[in-house]
Amino acid sequence: MKLALVTDLHANREAVEAVLAHAQSQGAEQHAFLGDFVGYGADPGWVVDCVREHVSRGAFAVKGNHDAAAVMGPQPTMVNDAREVVAWTHEQLQPDQLDFLASLPFTAIDDTRLFVHANAFAPPEWGYIHARSDAVQSMQATACRITFCGHVHEPRLYHLATTGKVGEFAPVPDVVIPLSPQRQWLVIPGSTGQPRDNNPAACYAMFDTQSAELTFHRIPYDHDTAAAKVRAAGLPERLAQRLQDGG
Amino acid sequence: MAAEIGNTDAGVPFEVAAPATHPLRPLQAGQVIDGFRLERHLHQGGMAHLWQVSTVEADSANGMPPGSDNLMPLIMKVPRILGGEDPTSIVGFEVEQMILPKLSGIHVPRFVAKGDITRQPYIVMERIAGDSLRSRFDAAPLPIAEVVSIGTRVATALHDLHRQHLVHLDVKPSNIMFRESGEAVLVDFGLSRHDHLPDLLDEEFELPMGTAPYMSPEQVQFVRNDPRSDLFALGVMLYHLTTGERPFGSPDSVRGLRERLYRDPLPPRTLRIDCPPWLQEIILQALEPLPDKRQQTGAQLAFELQNPDQVPLTERATRRSRSGTMKVLGRWFSAMGAEPTARVDATNQLARSPILLVAVDVANAERELLDTLRLTVERLLQTEPGARLACLAVMKINRIGMDELMERDGSSKHVNLLVQLKHWARPLVQSLKLPTDAQAGRVTFHVLEAPDTATAIIDYARKNQVDHIVMGARSSGVLRRYLGSVSTQVVSQADCSVTVVRAPAPER
Repeated sequence: MKLALVTDLHANREAVEAVLAHAQSQGAEQHAFLGDFVGYGADPGWVVDCVREHVSRGAFAVKGNHDAAAVMGPQPTMVNDAREVVAWTHEQLQPDQLDFLASLPFTAIDDTRLFVHANAFAPPEWGYIHARSDAVQSMQATACRITFCGHVHEPRLYHLATTGKVGEFAPVPDVVIPLSPQRQWLVIPGSTGQPRDNNPAACYAMFDTQSAELTFHRIPYDHDTAAAKVRAAGLPERLAQRLQDGG
Repeated sequence: MAAEIGNTDAGVPFEVAAPATHPLRPLQAGQVIDGFRLERHLHQGGMAHLWQVSTVEADSANGMPPGSDNLMPLIMKVPRILGGEDPTSIVGFEVEQMILPKLSGIHVPRFVAKGDITRQPYIVMERIAGDSLRSRFDAAPLPIAEVVSIGTRVATALHDLHRQHLVHLDVKPSNIMFRESGEAVLVDFGLSRHDHLPDLLDEEFELPMGTAPYMSPEQVQFVRNDPRSDLFALGVMLYHLTTGERPFGSPDSVRGLRERLYRDPLPPRTLRIDCPPWLQEIILQALEPLPDKRQQTGAQLAFELQNPDQVPLTERATRRSRSGTMKVLGRWFSAMGAEPTARVDATNQLARSPILLVAVDVANAERELLDTLRLTVERLLQTEPGARLACLAVMKINRIGMDELMERDGSSKHVNLLVQLKHWARPLVQSLKLPTDAQAGRVTFHVLEAPDTATAIIDYARKNQVDHIVMGARSSGVLRRYLGSVSTQVVSQADCSVTVVRAPAPER
């Protein structure tokens, strides 16, 4: 079965539409959404509805820090930009959409696969996987063979051998990577709605559960329109600009 | 969602220890594994057993290729130890299972199927008949012509692998086979590195990985992505085949391995007097401790072996002894704390060292076209500082009978063409300040004698793994309508990019 892994959608309708269309063209039969459906972008309501609709058809979805924040509303501890975006997002969402976000679990498990937004060692605390040591901590915290997570916006692939040796790999788009059953893997597909590796194209990954083959993809989309909508919504200019330069 | 089919460890939490702790049952002849019958035990190496196998029936569910391929002789490689005392064997097998299916072409055994590493690990692949190159090493020193032939074929094969984003990292005689048609085939990818796949051997071992006599200095320093490491290993083999001796012996300690970072080998000519200076030059350049000082691609190494008269001879060609103590000491000092710097992978290293071929019809083309051709080449070289330029002219000879080679005035047509070709290139060489002398050899000149110009250009480009051909279009005219155009044939039949240059036409 082909499983599409989509994360950090960040209320970017144009990116999500492009990614889902590509996944469909690749024969995706199942989806896992790894959190941060809202925040930063101009279409939180549409994206939440889209994820909710997929969940009603059997997709996996877990909660991200931006989803939790949107439910809570702005907090005094947030930095200015974030507080502004959270307040705006909270206002845009209908009660049933907020309820859906509130109801999301921190983790989901499918067979030997773990879906979580930030890491496996403390999902509600949102610690990032920035380095090999973080990845090792996460892989050692789960019995699952493959962890799929987001939170970090740049695509990455970590692997841990039984000898305790860890490897890190910056994936090349569209290359099929067989995930050997002899080790544990941690997959970060990269952000769909707000890429940050100087490439504005949306990220996602596809995993074939039968052959255990993973493919990272980069999908160009109409980021100028997405950025224009961010500006029109009166959200911070920086959020529009980074959609256009992927920075 | 319900547990899925297909994953062999479905429903089981992560436990690789299970298959690794109990040894696999020994395999028996006649046994059938996933549709492959074990026919004959061929070999037991340090890492794996090799079995000759046949297919029980063509079954696409087993990953079998279509029926016609069943005629291909097959071997099954089965790792010898699973999770035992030596983790290299199983990680190496994991690496090979991942990489071999990605490779294609005549220089690798064709991949057929693989077995789940947690159940019955194996790789089924094409069996390459015959012995490995190992057998020829016992006969070394070999005739120079055979050394050159082997070196050319191995360098060509390595270039093909590097083009596929792979660095082999264990190039040695026992990992090289030859097809009946002559092409070299590399086997055993257990230590290899593929640019587009995760490196499962990253961090895995505390000791340098490779085979001691052939390991490049940067491999000793844990660099695993430089394709020029494979050229160093080929340099070691060429040295051994030429002299009968290993340039750096067979050290069994890391300290011994590190010696090659600062100590140069005895020049081959001190061990074999009839080793030509150009071959010594090629071998010693391939053995340079710094990758930047070696030939930059397998194609360039193959090119030099096939064009001895174009090999730029440096001090290496005439060297008669090892470097003196002071020089070695200096190198030792700089090697001591040195980390290997420029990290290039196979993809980038090949992209920055292309071979450019310009075919120049110096005798017949219009001046305007010759000028435009030169300008085009100049622009390409400006954007590719690592490129090499081969300037080519073809001297047409009759298919039947011999041309009168010597013209009436006594000067050879061949030499005359060469002179014209160099004259054509002179402004280019001057404006780009390209060294044509012995030091660099970035520009070479070749006159081919052939009955068909287009075929000669295409064959030459193929043989020398040229990346890009630049040539002039023939001006329109009666002759072209009758004979067809050389450039059209080259464009349609060459293996590489072709740029056809046309002189600006006057307005009609």
